[in-house]
Amino acid sequence: MTPPLPKALRRTPPRPGDGNGRNGGRNGAGGAPATKPTAKDQAVEGVAGVVGWLDERTGTSPFLRGFLYRKVPKGTNWYYTLGSATMFAFLSQAVTGVFLAMYYEPDATRAYESASRITNEVFLGEFVRGMHKWGSTVMIILIFLHMGRTFFFGAYKYPRELNWIIGVVLVVLTLMMGLTGYLLPFDQRSFWATVVAVNLNASGPVVGPYLADFLRVGSEFGPTTISRFYSLHMLAVPGLIAALIGAHLYLVAKLGTTAPPWLKAEKKDLLKEEV
Amino acid sequence: MAESPPKFDKNSRYTEGRGIAGAFEGETVTRRRMMEGTALAVGGIATMAFALPGLGFALGPIFEDTNPTRWEDLGPESAFNDEGYVQRVMNIDPEIGDVGKTTVYVRKFNRDIDKVIEGQDPQPYVVISTRCAHLGCPVRYIQASRKFVCPCHGGVYDEQGKVEGGPPVRPLDRFYTRVTAGRVEAGDRFSLNSDLERFSPRDPSNHLDGLWQYLYPSRPTT
Repeated sequence: MTPPLPKALRRTPPRPGDGNGRNGGRNGAGGAPATKPTAKDQAVEGVAGVVGWLDERTGTSPFLRGFLYRKVPKGTNWYYTLGSATMFAFLSQAVTGVFLAMYYEPDATRAYESASRITNEVFLGEFVRGMHKWGSTVMIILIFLHMGRTFFFGAYKYPRELNWIIGVVLVVLTLMMGLTGYLLPFDQRSFWATVVAVNLNASGPVVGPYLADFLRVGSEFGPTTISRFYSLHMLAVPGLIAALIGAHLYLVAKLGTTAPPWLKAEKKDLLKEEV
Repeated sequence: MAESPPKFDKNSRYTEGRGIAGAFEGETVTRRRMMEGTALAVGGIATMAFALPGLGFALGPIFEDTNPTRWEDLGPESAFNDEGYVQRVMNIDPEIGDVGKTTVYVRKFNRDIDKVIEGQDPQPYVVISTRCAHLGCPVRYIQASRKFVCPCHGGVYDEQGKVEGGPPVRPLDRFYTRVTAGRVEAGDRFSLNSDLERFSPRDPSNHLDGLWQYLYPSRPTT
């Protein structure tokens, strides 16, 4: 059973004898003019009207109620919030990233200057860039804690193996975000770290050299290397991450979550049924 | 007595034989099937029409030579000798400012020190790249010990650029050289195995000796 809609979102049914105003019928038998609805009443009615209009056409509220008020097992605790925390870290990265992209220039000769302009001149630039920088670390920490929780609680077992696999792909994609984002400030540290990282890719047998050429756009670090990293960092990888988070959440909602391993199945109920 | 239902063969070639409603004689594929197939084929072709060129666009740099040969002036011949290295800064990619520059160590070819490989004409000058053969950090020549040393993971090379210690898998790369009107010029990069035999340029960490070399193919363009 899903709980009913909150009262504020429900439409007031018309009372018998209602004319234009809501309270028209209450003021004695006939004759007396209906009191006008107050501004607050109108606002509430208006919002409820819009929400109701959308809801009737999209079926949002039954979906949301099913999704948000789904049953969770006994013993669900704070560790179960690590996944949502990772998702919010991703959302924060997405939002701050979009704003950083408004000032950043992915060009080998201008990247460093535009990044330092964000930090030193743009209003709140230091704060937004700081959120993006530290947020990336937070996201990596959270996703590994979430993975550890899933592992130690045995939540990867049947029927949730596919969700574990999607999660592992998400971890790899998150690390790719870290790798591709590290080049973008384009200072000495990020440049040489990326040189080493690309050569690490090149050290893989058979496909390694091709992978490195793909990342570098050729055999040497060139004019389009940074725009390739930028494109991977802000379009390709985050798009994949968003899509896979959707699949991950769908499976969580469909399959439900597991109880912590220290809770045994309750035998009492089973016995009753057998009797 | 009721008429026995007509016999259908599930494996029949004809829709009529399989007992599909609305089938007509000689029909092998139902209209629904046909539409299904057509819709999928059209969708597939439409997707491939943008996906394949897009993929080729992104993967193209693997298959084309993005660094055409440039001859970079290093200075007059009188600036170099055949005993010690002279440090020079060379432009590998002039389009990207300081990032495209790299340090090289230049020495005149010396028959007493430098080996001549059969079938490979020696370069008039030895121009050693400072890109470490481990993971590409910049190495530095230490005059006192006559060694190239990498700051990142401790790779050590001798005067010839041969590996003496640490993780590098092959000697330091070099550049082709020529002398034009008394000036030394450096061109494309090349890699060497531990016998200082010349190979097409490879990435750092790619082996060029023994069985290992077969795990690291050369570029299709070189």
